[in-house]
Amino acid sequence: MKLDIRYFAWLRERVGTASEQIETEAATVADLIAELRARDEGYAYAFSDTGSIRAAIDQDLVEMDAPLDGAREVAFFPPMTGG
Amino acid sequence: MSEPVRVQTAPFDMGAELNAFAASVTGAGAVVSFSGITRDIATGDLEVMEIEHFPGMTEKALAAIRAQAMERFNLADAMILHRYGPLKPADPIMMVATAARHRGDAFAGAEFLMDYLKSRAPFWKKEVTASGAAWVEARPEDEDALARWTRRG
Repeated sequence: MKLDIRYFAWLRERVGTASEQIETEAATVADLIAELRARDEGYAYAFSDTGSIRAAIDQDLVEMDAPLDGAREVAFFPPMTGG
Repeated sequence: MSEPVRVQTAPFDMGAELNAFAASVTGAGAVVSFSGITRDIATGDLEVMEIEHFPGMTEKALAAIRAQAMERFNLADAMILHRYGPLKPADPIMMVATAARHRGDAFAGAEFLMDYLKSRAPFWKKEVTASGAAWVEARPEDEDALARWTRRG
């Protein structure tokens, strides 16, 4: 399936892009991270500490085991620091 | 009346916002507000605080948080305003205001809004000084502050 991936804050800086479209068969968010991490050193570094990464599917915060079924967009970012 | 949830780069006047909010509410005996202000860093040389956000998701998350607070604390009304983009020390960053029949719900509603938006609304702060830039790290205390609302059920 085709997925739009978006990155924010230091994840965006480490990956080196704000968004990209990928073709993946990953079943969950965690699977997708494993796939991205295997790409190259930049991605491996960006996703090295999964405890510091949050994910949203189609703009809703999700857990790492969330299924990607029917997802159009997955966003990755660090813990939020609003307020 | 202005929108109850606003995400903007423009500065705002917290006094004027609070007056407008209070004037638009009927039947409330209590209005509480909180304003967040750009704080300088320990070394005192903060040039700019850059706030990044996730357009679309931010508005959605804030509207959901507001709806939860309205229901849980029987609020007559609630507003959330949050800026993004480059901010200078002492610039207002954001504010929330709540209105309720009594002060207990208005205070609790405002705290709930703050605790949720600190770690659940997609904003990220970056501190820029002459010697470089650093992303602000989330504090474990903020997650703890959020957890107390689930403990209370």
